[in-house]
Amino acid sequence: MENEKLLEVKNLQKFFKAGRKNTIKAVNGISFDIYKGETFGLVGESGCGKSTTGRTIIRLYEATGGEVKYKNESVHGKKSKEDMLKFNRKMQMIFQDPSSSLNPRMTVMDIIAEGIDIHNLAKNETERKNRVESLLETVGLNKEHATRFPHEFSGGQRQRIGIARALAVEPEFIIADEPISALDVSIQAQVVNLLKKLQREHNLTFLFIAHDLSMVKYISDRTGVMYYGNMVELADSDELYRNPLHPYTRSLLSAIPLPDPEYERSRKRFAYDPADYDTDEEPEFREVKPDHWVRCTEKEFQQYQEQLNNK
Amino acid sequence: MSKLLEVKDLSVSFNTYSGEVQAVRGVSFDVEKGETLAIVGESGSGKSVTTKALMQLLPKPQGQIKSGEILFEGNDIANYSNKQMQKIRGKDMSMVFQDPMTSLNPTMKVGNQIMEGLIKHRNMGRGEAKQKAIDLLEQVGIPHPMLRLNQYPHQFSGGMRQRAVVAIALACNPKVLIADEPTTALDVTIQAQILDLMKDIQRETDSAIVFITHDLGVVANVADRVAVMYAGKIVEIGKVDEIFYNPKHPYTWGLLGSMPTLDSEEEELFTIPGSPPDMLNPPKGDAFAPRNEFALEIDTKMEPPMFKVSDTHYAASWLLHKDAPKMEPPASVKRRMQGFASTDDKDGEE
Repeated sequence: MENEKLLEVKNLQKFFKAGRKNTIKAVNGISFDIYKGETFGLVGESGCGKSTTGRTIIRLYEATGGEVKYKNESVHGKKSKEDMLKFNRKMQMIFQDPSSSLNPRMTVMDIIAEGIDIHNLAKNETERKNRVESLLETVGLNKEHATRFPHEFSGGQRQRIGIARALAVEPEFIIADEPISALDVSIQAQVVNLLKKLQREHNLTFLFIAHDLSMVKYISDRTGVMYYGNMVELADSDELYRNPLHPYTRSLLSAIPLPDPEYERSRKRFAYDPADYDTDEEPEFREVKPDHWVRCTEKEFQQYQEQLNNK
Repeated sequence: MSKLLEVKDLSVSFNTYSGEVQAVRGVSFDVEKGETLAIVGESGSGKSVTTKALMQLLPKPQGQIKSGEILFEGNDIANYSNKQMQKIRGKDMSMVFQDPMTSLNPTMKVGNQIMEGLIKHRNMGRGEAKQKAIDLLEQVGIPHPMLRLNQYPHQFSGGMRQRAVVAIALACNPKVLIADEPTTALDVTIQAQILDLMKDIQRETDSAIVFITHDLGVVANVADRVAVMYAGKIVEIGKVDEIFYNPKHPYTWGLLGSMPTLDSEEEELFTIPGSPPDMLNPPKGDAFAPRNEFALEIDTKMEPPMFKVSDTHYAASWLLHKDAPKMEPPASVKRRMQGFASTDDKDGEE
């Protein structure tokens, strides 16, 4: 089944208290679905709430409002320990900074096996060891690495350990929060290729959070663009890059530097200022074209449709 | 054109508990007035260390310039005393650092941090310096400069902070501006603004910029010339078009190949296998050979010299030797190069 919904996010909100009077609406009512086997990219500038979204989906944060459904089961809300355990096994996370997301006092073996221990996936010590070693090989490290500590590894290798840890409990869905931002260019490509390979082999679904648009375009099937806690545009990655409609998406796309001097010389940057588009009407998330959603007002909606028809 | 800054055979080492780390091993380049030279490479390739050596900002005593000359307007500043260097640093040569969070003093008002250099180097009074600081903040595009002057760095956003850092660097109209990954910590939209800002200022003041980055997109945007560094050496140097459209060194191929373009459809990205060498014991021969699928036998024995490709383009790879077998860059890189060539044509027609 191609279009089986794995994850449904409905009007998700996450507010943080900042002092007694202020609340920060980090995620202010966003909705999207993630289908089985796809990679869903989430982009936006820092502070737009993309990481908060990822963390709320996996319940690192409790949602303020809205709903996250994984296979038609709500993620948030009261759950027994067993249910929580079962849920945690299906969903895993890869973090941005590989040096702070690994416990420096644990060996690689223990880091990777932590999930295996919690879920009792290994019957005995030998099986545990074998599992960790095969995981290390899956992510391109070798089994001698198991007895070492995180500080003995380079950034790219540490990220591989983080990936191995996420894979240890055989999850179905992985949230990758800027997994390559902290890595060198040549290493980035290695990790991206690894993620793609793992997706093919283990039939994984990814939520890929990043601010590097060219990488997101490359890895994701569909992409959502976030701006100040709202989803402003959502479409197939190709469609989004070919026909960006929301002015913020256009400004983001026009700002990516490409490794092509000729293009860079002739490039016109497009700046987005929300004040230019202020209207009295509260914009809504509308489907301009099948599977292409934009947050817009009624007037903009018609304008976008015309724009697409004229193409 | 006059050579403003000339670096000749610079070597820098760090003495650590485990031995001598040869961070920079014989680097030579020059920068002309009004020109931007970009230095690219992975972390640990020695690009930051090179520029820190230029400014004598290496941690003492473990970091040392082992050999080589740094000629600034004809004077060798490599052996300048701290006192002599203080006259140049911040005045003739200034620096923009990577992380605006840590390069500003959190306990000092932004205005005072800008005025510091003006008072010290240009003998301005406080009033005059303040006026100049306001002008500078305006120049770098910070709104309400009067108000901002009296604020602390934490009251600025990331992009604004980097603008303030640029303002400090520009305060004394430096002849050379060294920018060490000035946009790496910023968002793409902010990055584009800062890059535009630096280019505008360069046009106005005709200063030379040495731009360090690992983002080839940024390089394509700002650079006139590009030096690619690997394991403490420059492996390829040339005009920006020569590096992007006619790269000769396999490492440059790898760097270009590993970046997806917005229209790339390939299943796999081209990768450089392995990771950079340990500079405690730099490998014998060509340092890139162990990661290079095009490596020749000689690569493991002898280090390649710089081969001349054109008057402005040099690369250190045995592949360019006249007896070397003809090697083609990997398919993905070639397609990229052709793609670039075709966009070239299109632009020409328009």
